[in-house]
Amino acid sequence: MRWLAEVHVALRGGIADPEGQTIGSALRSLGYDSVGEVRSGKLMRITFEADDHAAAEAEVAEMCRRLLANPVMETASWELRSDEPIGEGAALP
Amino acid sequence: MTLTAPRPRVTVAVFPGTWSERDFAHVARAVLGWEARLVWHTETDLVAPDAVILPGGFAHGDHLRTGAIARFSPIMSAVEAFASAGGPVIGSCNGFQILAEAGLLPGALMRNEHLEFRCDWQTLRVESSSSSPAWLGELKDGEVVRLPISHGEGRYVADPATLDELEAAGRVVLRYADADGRVTDDANPNGSDRGIAGIVNERGNVLGLMPHPERASEAEVGGTDGLRLFHSLERWLQARPAVAERRL
Repeated sequence: MRWLAEVHVALRGGIADPEGQTIGSALRSLGYDSVGEVRSGKLMRITFEADDHAAAEAEVAEMCRRLLANPVMETASWELRSDEPIGEGAALP
Repeated sequence: MTLTAPRPRVTVAVFPGTWSERDFAHVARAVLGWEARLVWHTETDLVAPDAVILPGGFAHGDHLRTGAIARFSPIMSAVEAFASAGGPVIGSCNGFQILAEAGLLPGALMRNEHLEFRCDWQTLRVESSSSSPAWLGELKDGEVVRLPISHGEGRYVADPATLDELEAAGRVVLRYADADGRVTDDANPNGSDRGIAGIVNERGNVLGLMPHPERASEAEVGGTDGLRLFHSLERWLQARPAVAERRL
């Protein structure tokens, strides 16, 4: 069946994030005085096939390990859900 | 009978988006009189080189992370095999980023601390040159060399344990420094951990550095310090019996 994974790649704690810092200072300069730390990251939406939920989980974990995140400076987390179309013949008249 | 020294033969890997391959080939051919071959990243045969060069640029558009996609190009399996057999490999700029992503060198290269692309001449202090006779045999520890840098993502990072290990093993070979060789925050163009600009693998045959030695190999373009890395290689190759025999 078809799955949709939303993969979030974030910088590890302790790794300087100049992009996040710059976004934070831009927000504060717009008057959002209470803005504290901003950490930037990446969001990837990936559709793919897998037999069941466990297989889909394993597949995303492998994608993250092999390509999507560099463990030297990043961590990956994801949400997984079915991407099957709901019902059949749902085309509008 | 006189024997002429064999001409070094280098293979320069070219990925979609590489931009320094012709500069390396020009220096190899026109300045040094070597043989240089440009090999496309989908090839798996390096064509028996004496050394492999991974040049700068933006392989695969630097998408995802610099070097992250290039490390899976078919040519990289051949580069990994060549390196693990002790063959000399140099990765400059994007080439360093690819070596780090491929795990041939530890750590990672991240966005410059100030978020600017930096294209400038940079002074560097040479350290532990004996760790890499192939690439640094003609350089002296503590001396200051001047090479161009040209990158937006050159901030070297690694966890503190890895950094300690690299330093203890003499594998940090180039640091950003001022003209007097002092490693200071002001002299650091990208925020690299401990001012690190270049490192080698455990065996010393794989060198990764952010600066561009190929852009400092002719006096008319501003300097020749980069040429000394290639002279190191030439001397090292000539002293290596296996290569001398094969080439005669």
